[in-house]
Amino acid sequence: MGIIDWAFRKSPWILHFNTGSCNGCDIEIFATLTPKYDVERLGALLKGSPRHADILVVSGPVTRQASGRILRIYEQMPDPKKVVAVGTCCISGGVFSNGGKGPCYNVYPGLDSLVPVDAYVPGCPPKPEAILDGISKVAKKAGVGCK
Amino acid sequence: MSSSYERIFDIPIGPQHPALKEPAMLKLKVDGEHVVGVDLDVSYNHRGIEKAAEYRTYIQNLYLIERICGICNVAQTLTYCLAVESLHGKEIPARARFLRIVAEEISRINSHLLWLGVAAHEIGFDTFFMHIWLDREITLGLMEALSGNRITSSYNVIGGVRRDVTEDLLSRIRKGLDDLEPRVKRYREIAINDRSILKRTQGVGILSPADAAATSAVGPTLRASGIKSDVRADDPYSSHDQVPFNVITSDGCDAHARIIVRLDEILESIQICRHCISKLPAGPILQRLPRRAPQGEAMSRVEAPRGELFHYICSDGSDKPYRCKVSTPTLANLPALVRMLTSKGRYVVNIADVPVILASIDPCFSCAARVERTGGV
Ligand code: SF4
Repeated sequence: MGIIDWAFRKSPWILHFNTGSCNGCDIEIFATLTPKYDVERLGALLKGSPRHADILVVSGPVTRQASGRILRIYEQMPDPKKVVAVGTCCISGGVFSNGGKGPCYNVYPGLDSLVPVDAYVPGCPPKPEAILDGISKVAKKAGVGCK
Repeated sequence: MSSSYERIFDIPIGPQHPALKEPAMLKLKVDGEHVVGVDLDVSYNHRGIEKAAEYRTYIQNLYLIERICGICNVAQTLTYCLAVESLHGKEIPARARFLRIVAEEISRINSHLLWLGVAAHEIGFDTFFMHIWLDREITLGLMEALSGNRITSSYNVIGGVRRDVTEDLLSRIRKGLDDLEPRVKRYREIAINDRSILKRTQGVGILSPADAAATSAVGPTLRASGIKSDVRADDPYSSHDQVPFNVITSDGCDAHARIIVRLDEILESIQICRHCISKLPAGPILQRLPRRAPQGEAMSRVEAPRGELFHYICSDGSDKPYRCKVSTPTLANLPALVRMLTSKGRYVVNIADVPVILASIDPCFSCAARVERTGGV
């Protein structure tokens, strides 16, 4: 295990981006950061800049307006990087996918149509325990498949 | 305002920025340290919900409308249900009306606590943020016990509510409220006395009563400017006329007044919940309504945690709405926000105060994103 993998496992810093979420997932992500669930005990910190982050936590259906930004943020993050898609919307468009008849006019059919995703956390919104699980699994998986 | 700088610079904030919890783009025009103009783009969350609603039945729409905003989902479904019920011209059972109030007030407490935490975070008081969010878990627990989910509750359905309460659950809610009340009182004390909170919020983001009225501000933003206006009192929609409560106002007109107004509203909501629980009428919780709504138009408004929420539904007699229009409180508060963010005369806005002012209206851009701005990503 190289030093980068080792460091990644001990301090998976998080960047949160809302790509058009209804806020349900966002507040659960914030609840994950606050005392009751406290993701910080895994060494995870919420960061403001993509350049400091290892894990991109995305919530919400990817809207056309936000799609360019998510690509830019993903490219600004240093390698190795991981992406966690939180919420059904982010995974597949969820309620905004018009029951199999394609997404709403402004929504992409899932985050993985734009950037590679390492963990999917289903739920609408997922419980903080599930988000915690997603983040810790990704941190453990670190190093595998990264440049 | 005197400044040695001649030129006016643009500072873009967003759409991804540590001070923003949701994507939005603020282009600040600054003259030295002072903000002299602002250009706001809140369309990043536009998902096309109003259009999507036209392709779904009234029942399916319930779950779509709920997802306009996760924080005030109870208010969203309530407004939608009221509009559909008024299309049918039917009253819903009294027990359901009281249970709706309980759910609405619990979600208001939750929303205000959440906001208070975010506001504390914006002024750099993270300890306060963490404490508040820990206590907020009490309300989430109550919501989960009442409806089965922490956030997206689907509690209101067309014609009533989805779940009944038991005696056991009522006493649990009572206990939760009893636990919460002293905590909120303590936070109110801290917000009034703590020097760092006072320094960061007093005199910041001033909205005079005249400006508040001129820009049609709503909700706690309006009430913190001393104007008494609350849909629950002015146009009681769900048995609110049988519940005694005070409309909280403050004359501070600044960000600090908005904190106090919201804290007082939490205490008021706790009383409303207690009253509804003790006076809960017996009877059914659901009045079944036909799938097709009669032809016509209906409007409804509700006091959501952030202010007046307005729905309009046009029906052509089928089982799908012909048009669904939503007007949310954040949208109504944006003109007031622009005024608060612009230095004028002796009132100056420093760049460092921008996050506090922005947070003080409790923005919810996922509600406000009703249109898409094309042309720039
Ligand atoms: S998955 Fe559900 S809670 Fe999360 S953003 Fe989508 S609609 Fe909101």
